[in-house]
Amino acid sequence: MKTGNIFYRLARTMLGLVCVSALVGCSNFEPWVKPYERDRLADPIMFLDHDPVSTSYMHHVLESREGSRGAMGAVGGGCGCN
Amino acid sequence: MRTRIFLTLLLAVITFEAITVNAAVLPEDRTDVLYHRYEGDNITIEGPSVLVRKQVGKSFSVTGNWYADLITSASIDVVTTASPYEEERNQYSLGVDYLRGSTMMSVGLTKSTESDFDAETWSLAITQNLFGDLTTVTLAYSLGDDVVGMSTDETFARDVARQVYGIGISQILTRNLIVNLNFEGITDEGYLNNPYRSVRYLNEDGASYSYQGEVYPNTRTSGAAALSARYYLPYRAAVHGEYRYFSDTWGIQADSWQVGYVHPWRDNLTFNVGYRHYQQTKATFYQDLFPRVDFQNFLARDKELATFTSRLIRTGVAWDFGEEGFGIFSKARLSFFWDKMLIDYEDFRDLRVTDVAPGEEPMFQLDADVIQVLFSVWY
Repeated sequence: MKTGNIFYRLARTMLGLVCVSALVGCSNFEPWVKPYERDRLADPIMFLDHDPVSTSYMHHVLESREGSRGAMGAVGGGCGCN
Repeated sequence: MRTRIFLTLLLAVITFEAITVNAAVLPEDRTDVLYHRYEGDNITIEGPSVLVRKQVGKSFSVTGNWYADLITSASIDVVTTASPYEEERNQYSLGVDYLRGSTMMSVGLTKSTESDFDAETWSLAITQNLFGDLTTVTLAYSLGDDVVGMSTDETFARDVARQVYGIGISQILTRNLIVNLNFEGITDEGYLNNPYRSVRYLNEDGASYSYQGEVYPNTRTSGAAALSARYYLPYRAAVHGEYRYFSDTWGIQADSWQVGYVHPWRDNLTFNVGYRHYQQTKATFYQDLFPRVDFQNFLARDKELATFTSRLIRTGVAWDFGEEGFGIFSKARLSFFWDKMLIDYEDFRDLRVTDVAPGEEPMFQLDADVIQVLFSVWY
């Protein structure tokens, strides 16, 4: 019950961040890392999920052997710069 | 009530995010052909996985995936309570991504079939780039319907309903560093145990044991959160790490951490090494040996619900070629990955050892190898 509350608070905080970011994202925001400074982040070695088929397979292997599940990378995004 | 408010807010944010406009890109057009093989505890699981992704028009990208498992099993569960078996599982997925400004909307359907288990999952996700594309937010939801059967009883069919809620934030912090925070909540309702698995209990003589079927609760709710980071090193290499925490209503608490290193060599080779450490506590209704028959209302002796520590060591190499283009393809890549998995159980005993008293058998250990050979082409 206690850990359930922790997860609920975390989800609520993340949702709050999403709400705030959605509002601020509409304004004329000046990014502190300029688009022309993202060459390193656009390098394939920095991709979070370079081989989706392989990643998906490894998640399947781990979830089959372990009692836990979720947050293994399926939700996340990339840097939006590829 | 709290859940309803949360879901209403989630829906409102999804709608609001969908109407804001910026700039994003569709995933690359590519085809991957994977051969995978898992070998450990007298189980061999191998097969192909083929994924094709193609952009349609300026705003859509369509993806299709076929994944197959060919299973030959004589595992410890099988040799102690059943007979060795062979099984085949096929999974088909179809997905569509729609890009509008900086918003990506994705829908998908996955169907999986095997002789005693059918699964169908619908998924929906919205990804939004914000703050000059420094921040990427993803909201995801999926709904699954499974039917559990039994190969020994054609009339046996039980339903499972599954819902997954996900939130992910990806943030560029510096020109060398990107971090991610992911949360996923999962609820299950229905027949959640394996119909073939049994628990063992001590007989009245105290010197032998018998088996009875497992009984699981009909509901399960879990939450998992992961924080990960990836850093570009000065000499064109990358390090990455992740911490993940999990908890559920069955009493399982787990956490894992992993680190990895990616090193390109010359123009065409990329080497990967990594290490993952995982540990979990047992479910509250799990026991290796129950004191008597029908000891409690819920009973489990599934080793995935036991207390254990797992270590995974990864090595991999990828070879990029054809970057000048050939035929309709713009480049290609051949990759090889080998993962070594070692699991030490703390309350799951090896029942193949029979010359000791019940409850005195040595703890079981799993030593498995996972091999992947992946061929990818871009076009």
